Amino acid sequence: MSGSDTSGRQETAAPAIELQGISKAFGPVQANKDISIRVMPGTIHGIIGENGAGKSTLMSILYGFYKADKGEIFIAGQKTDIPDSQAAIAAGIGMVFQHFKLVENFTVLENIILGAEDGGLLTPSLAKARKTLLELEHEYGLNVDPDAVIEELGVGMQQRVEILKALYRQADILILDEPTGVLTPAEADQLFRILDRLREEGKTIILITHKLREIMEATDTVSVMRRGEMTATVKTKDTSPAELAELMVGRKVLLRVDKKPAVPGDVVLDIKNLHVVDDKGVERLKGIDLQVRAGEIVGIAGVAGNGQSELLEVLGGYADATGEIRVNGQPLDLSGKHSDGRSRRARGIAHVPEDRQREGLIMDFSAWENTAFGYHRDPDYQSGVLLNNAAIRADTEAKMERFDVRPPNPGLAAKNFSGGNQQKIVLAREIERNPDLLLVGQPTRGVDIGAIEFIHQQIVALRDKGKAVLLVSVELEEILALADRVAVMFDGHIMGERMSAETDEKELGLLMAGVGN
Amino acid sequence: MEVMPKWAEVTLVPLISLLLAAILSALVILAIGEDPIAAVNLMVTGALGSTYGWGYTLYYATNFLFTGLAVSVAFHAGLFNIGGEGQAMLGGLGVALACLLIPWPHWTLALLGAAGAAALFGAAWAAIPAFLQAKRGSHIVITTIMFNFIGAAVLNYVLVNLMRPAGSMDPATARFPETTHLPTLHDILAPIGINFSKSAPANVTFLIALLACVLVWFLLWRTWLGYEIRSYGKSEPAAKYGGISPTAITMIAMLISGGLAGLMAINNVMGEAERLVLNAVEGAGFIGIAVALMGRSHPFGVLLAAILFGFLYQGGAELALWTSIPRELIVVIQALVILFTGALDNMVRMPLERLFLMMRRRNA
Repeated sequence: MSGSDTSGRQETAAPAIELQGISKAFGPVQANKDISIRVMPGTIHGIIGENGAGKSTLMSILYGFYKADKGEIFIAGQKTDIPDSQAAIAAGIGMVFQHFKLVENFTVLENIILGAEDGGLLTPSLAKARKTLLELEHEYGLNVDPDAVIEELGVGMQQRVEILKALYRQADILILDEPTGVLTPAEADQLFRILDRLREEGKTIILITHKLREIMEATDTVSVMRRGEMTATVKTKDTSPAELAELMVGRKVLLRVDKKPAVPGDVVLDIKNLHVVDDKGVERLKGIDLQVRAGEIVGIAGVAGNGQSELLEVLGGYADATGEIRVNGQPLDLSGKHSDGRSRRARGIAHVPEDRQREGLIMDFSAWENTAFGYHRDPDYQSGVLLNNAAIRADTEAKMERFDVRPPNPGLAAKNFSGGNQQKIVLAREIERNPDLLLVGQPTRGVDIGAIEFIHQQIVALRDKGKAVLLVSVELEEILALADRVAVMFDGHIMGERMSAETDEKELGLLMAGVGN
Repeated sequence: MEVMPKWAEVTLVPLISLLLAAILSALVILAIGEDPIAAVNLMVTGALGSTYGWGYTLYYATNFLFTGLAVSVAFHAGLFNIGGEGQAMLGGLGVALACLLIPWPHWTLALLGAAGAAALFGAAWAAIPAFLQAKRGSHIVITTIMFNFIGAAVLNYVLVNLMRPAGSMDPATARFPETTHLPTLHDILAPIGINFSKSAPANVTFLIALLACVLVWFLLWRTWLGYEIRSYGKSEPAAKYGGISPTAITMIAMLISGGLAGLMAINNVMGEAERLVLNAVEGAGFIGIAVALMGRSHPFGVLLAAILFGFLYQGGAELALWTSIPRELIVVIQALVILFTGALDNMVRMPLERLFLMMRRRNA
């Protein structure tokens, strides 16, 4: 079960972190099973695994958020108890969370001393922090303006502040949880350069990610987790993405999407000069022009928060906009009066929303209730004022079979399915209505690799039936693999369109960062 | 995977909560030097030991059923309607107007007309907070509470200045005419040979409350409207995505809720008092919140919880009458039941879940 790194034993130094036989259960779910791992000082150690494989649980145990049911933790050779995060910090462990823990309207300096103030007066603490910050900047090349207010900084800079926070607390071990999820490719490259520098200065880094590419680029060793178990620990240079993917999923997976060249037909979706202003009066879409033809997949790339969500909301019928949208030549109502999800569906627009747990599904509802959702007033699902529960159930059963939803139990609540199966329920509901236009947001976010393959195949199959697909994803790899044409959004504009066969991540990355044509 | 089997969820959790409340109540009674076993005996015989006791228990239960269902329907739409009290008061006004202004030929027609008026007035009183919530985002908890006070003031004004018979010192309407008097359970059960107490106030409204229970269940779990109400209550973003209008559902759910609360008036105003008095609702609107909490907002659960609270009310009244246990202590007991069944749900649920897990692991 444990494939711990044998080469580590020949080295003389004690491992920076050693976990022995860590187990943790949440109710019936065994999140971590007898996990042992050794991370040598001055290395970058990757932990890779699908959603729900137990990576975050393991790190939470290391950072004192959870207490392990069994097992021991050794820091620099010393057996250490970590009952809470204070103890973790004292043991020299720093954590950079996926969602930053920063006070938005505080300055960088104020955020850095938060929780590590010396005494009751702020001024001496701030002065000391300013001095330390300069030293850190000198040592690691992490330059940030100490007086900048957090909300005015970009995401990449905010992440640096998180790293500085950990270093200020004298962390020797840095844990980064999915650090590149919110970064542009260029910012991610910068982050990896910083991590390299930290490693050179002797820090130990644990990088948690589900992106194979990052593991291959940045780490020295990598541990693979599957279903709460550590399935292997290998030297990165001795492995390959295909092997890691297989270890993660437990079977061979196709990393590329198998698809024929697109045969675009008539224009299905025609967007002209679309503007959206949100509740706070901020302009989110600043004049979007976009076409999607029958039989093609158009991908919208961009860092999250640049207007992609608003675009989907307008098309899905629950945000007001100005401008013009035509579907199959007929204008859509954008005033908000007759624009709602139901009338959009009647126009042949199906929508797999970006956040399936918030919008796409009602987590407490059963699978069959969710399968009717949005279509519950359709004639085949209702009779008079009543819902035709039997018909919906039968239909759900058929859909679950066709989409290989496991377990195939229509009565089970949506929250009890895994991420991939939840997404299949949504996808089955939207695709099987045979829409002219499918809107898909983040189709594989939080979905295991095995299901990703299936979901991609379904989307391509719909395209091959001559339907139009608009795909929004923050995963550039996914866009490049799936889309026939890519439009990049930045700050409410479309920065440019490229045929995906004729572009690469670097070019798209520049557009995503707002560097124009 | 569910941690606990469904049967345990719906039976064990409330029963253990009740037991804990009972034990604590017993300790309180012991502490003031009374005998808890004698007290329980008195409560049970007083509330359930005779058809007279049952008549009162069911009368109270009828009130709580309507207000409990009212709170439940709003709950399912994610709305916390604390205004049952005010809506039931206004429902009473509707009943009084219907009974006094229209010369009904027979009680059946009077019942239909009065029920319609009660529901209409209750719904109207809920409509304003609902509109403010749906259109202006004013929080419904705040507005419904305020409307309870406004409702009480309105009723006070109407009774004192408009509807009080000339020369009467009592802020109440005139007695309703004979043809509007509802048959009591005694009248209904006598023809089939059951001798139900004549003086107990339980009346035909109890059967209407049972019917309302079934209808609410049907609405919530069999119609697409109920489906939309529940969807909206579970997740507003999802409802928007699904094409369900938050404004429409907020209004509809609150109108139904207010209507149900208003319907209570045919029990207390038309069935029992046979005239409209001040404070006719006597807090039943608030008890409805506890009933809905305990009944998990399910009509069947609400039925059981309403009967339990009916028992506590009638049993409590008996205690106050025959022992030196003060009336305030009855309120303490009721509060303990609400506390354990409504608010401290997780205190019982978590250890139970752990127990079931252990059992499952041992079996596995």
